[in-house]
Amino acid sequence: MPTIKIALVGQPNVGKSALINSVGNAHLKVGNFSGVTVKKEVVRFSHDDYDFEITDLPGSYSLNDYTIEERVTRDYLDKSDYDLILNVIDSTNIERNLYLTTELLSLNKKLVVALNMNDEAIKEGVDINALQLGKIFGVPCIKTSAIEKTGIDDLIQALIKAYHQRENRFHLQFSEVYEEEIEHIVSFLEEKKVHCKISLKALAIKLLREDKATYQRFHEEPVWVELQPIVNHAYQHLYLHYDTKDLDDIFNDEKLALAKGAVVETVHFEKQVKQTLTEKIDSLLMHQFVGLPIFLLLMWGLFQLTFEIGSIPMDWIDAFFTALIEGVKSFLGDTELASVIADGAIAGVGAVVLFLPNILILFFGISLLETTGYMSRVAFLLDGFFHKFGLHGKSFIPLVTGFGCSVPAYMAARTLKNDRDRLLTLFIIGFMSCGARLPIYVLFVGAFFAEHNAGNILFLIYISGALLGILAAKILKITVFKGDDEPFVMEMPKYRLPSLKLIWHTVSAQAMMYLKKAGTFILLASVLIWFASNYPKHPEIEQQFQVQIEQAQTEQIAVELKNELALYQLEHSYLGIVGHASEPFFSPLGYDWRMAVALETGLAAKEVVVATLGILYGLGSEEDEASLGLVQQIRENISFPSALSFIVFVMIYLPCLAASMVFMREAGGGKYLVYLFIFTTVTAWSLSFITYRLALFLT
Amino acid sequence: MTLDQLKKGQFAQIKAIKASKELKNRFISFGLVKGAKIYIESYSLAKKTIEVRINNTRLAIRATEAKKVEVI
Repeated sequence: MPTIKIALVGQPNVGKSALINSVGNAHLKVGNFSGVTVKKEVVRFSHDDYDFEITDLPGSYSLNDYTIEERVTRDYLDKSDYDLILNVIDSTNIERNLYLTTELLSLNKKLVVALNMNDEAIKEGVDINALQLGKIFGVPCIKTSAIEKTGIDDLIQALIKAYHQRENRFHLQFSEVYEEEIEHIVSFLEEKKVHCKISLKALAIKLLREDKATYQRFHEEPVWVELQPIVNHAYQHLYLHYDTKDLDDIFNDEKLALAKGAVVETVHFEKQVKQTLTEKIDSLLMHQFVGLPIFLLLMWGLFQLTFEIGSIPMDWIDAFFTALIEGVKSFLGDTELASVIADGAIAGVGAVVLFLPNILILFFGISLLETTGYMSRVAFLLDGFFHKFGLHGKSFIPLVTGFGCSVPAYMAARTLKNDRDRLLTLFIIGFMSCGARLPIYVLFVGAFFAEHNAGNILFLIYISGALLGILAAKILKITVFKGDDEPFVMEMPKYRLPSLKLIWHTVSAQAMMYLKKAGTFILLASVLIWFASNYPKHPEIEQQFQVQIEQAQTEQIAVELKNELALYQLEHSYLGIVGHASEPFFSPLGYDWRMAVALETGLAAKEVVVATLGILYGLGSEEDEASLGLVQQIRENISFPSALSFIVFVMIYLPCLAASMVFMREAGGGKYLVYLFIFTTVTAWSLSFITYRLALFLT
Repeated sequence: MTLDQLKKGQFAQIKAIKASKELKNRFISFGLVKGAKIYIESYSLAKKTIEVRINNTRLAIRATEAKKVEVI
């Protein structure tokens, strides 16, 4: 079967990924803001005896390398091997989108245009004559709707047809003046029988745009002597006619005129008088004074929900796992196998699965923020505030993504053009507590605060984390990342109500990922932690205790001795040794060795913190406590000031291993990870210390 | 007059853009070009950031950048 390699290009937020999902049954991430796709993704599928290989490129407003993502797209189009370009266009905003199309046409590759969001265009009274538009640009234009899945077959047929098309004519028709100069150069090149991979017209345009590579190529050829005066003459002519000496400006004008001309000829707009829905919503949400309070209220509501609704199934899950542990133990008896399954695997995995409901609600909120178009609005509202702290309004997007997971957040920072702004944002993304830290907060907040207050405390943790991050940004900006500000120009998408299917898909994908992680990585880590907390064995000591237990006068003394033995075992296990070794570092913060170990294992993944706590407090607990849930165990064993200080440390210290690796890649080197480690650890330690001392003083 | 001096709800036409080449290119790709009609949608607190509309595109622009756009 022949393989058709397609480069998918379009402006941001026109539904490229959504279209691919519809065409190829893929599951790429989609959202309603510019910059959802930050790296190229390849989707393969077969249709009509053809293999399709579509590369989804990051959205680009134009091909002039403004941001990193646009550079990715540009490089791919220039250097990679593909058969044709599929240009996706937002039909409701066609003129601006066609500007990119004219740039793509200048590349002189095979092109197919998908006029996407046709459903919205119909609703808004935008009527496009696709056939006519296709004739003007000399490329097929197909109306599609990724949401309603219309036009998909037509699009595939057009792609197949374009693939078989042999000739690749240059179709752009510029203004007469420009065409005349092109014609001069082309006829000269023809006379001289110059051969070139691209058409002569495309070559002439490159000369007229002062394209460096083209000049270098001609410079060493004898034809240059004669070509130079002709090109020079063309320049003079254009300068005179356009009243500017900027060749880029001239070419931009040409492209704009083309796009505008095409719209005038092929698009009919129904007059709209009434306010659009977006305008109505915006008059409230974007209000100068109430806009920000509304945002804060919504976030507060989200955290209330996260705790309130999340705690209902949590009790069931907790009871289920506690019963399961008991069940396994009574079934398998008091053996090592029973212990590794019950105290290791089930306790660890159970502690993580416990927080699934909270995670789901949080991701539901974030996915609403991402898909409705509200996120860009908040970036707008916050830009002034952010700017004061040396951040860019656009930094808001990676920061919000960071509330979900730091890994995509680090990648989302690519939308920031300026390297300093980007690094600065990368450094503070960790302050936005990710979803994996939520279980730790829920656990501690649930254990130490009244239920009606828990949601507020949760909100407070997240907000103060964010504020700390912004404050840290200011400090970093003054000391390390000095420099000019990047201009803030950002598109605000229309409001869109995400389909239930999309929300369901995003949230269920997150749930599956969380459960998968619990079933694999966390399971493995739990068994490891169990092993490290049960070995090495100390037979002599054990024997000593056993003798004492047997000689015990009363049942009570026997139980006490058993507990003492368990504690001795735990404290002299590998994990206990590590914990005790690091105790001097953590004891000023009020942590015992178990909390210290939990923080250390949390460097691998934040979920492991609760898994570790679950195992350690489960193993070392006194017999009559063993049947208590994890929340009670924590309440019994940890003091209030220590808990507060622990929360603060978790808020700030280094993100998980996976996130750290991505951070290193995005920041551009291992030295940045070292900086980040020092920066976060010092900050976390100092603030936890202050919290602990303050709490001790006040309580 | 420059873009940042317009009031909420006002229409204007862009006369000239006096920005660096980079920013100008960015403006162009958003449709913010000489001759385009521009409408002021809203302001953020203290007029730090402005929301404008050109054709069907809504843009957020910081006041310092809006200063570089001349309108009539």
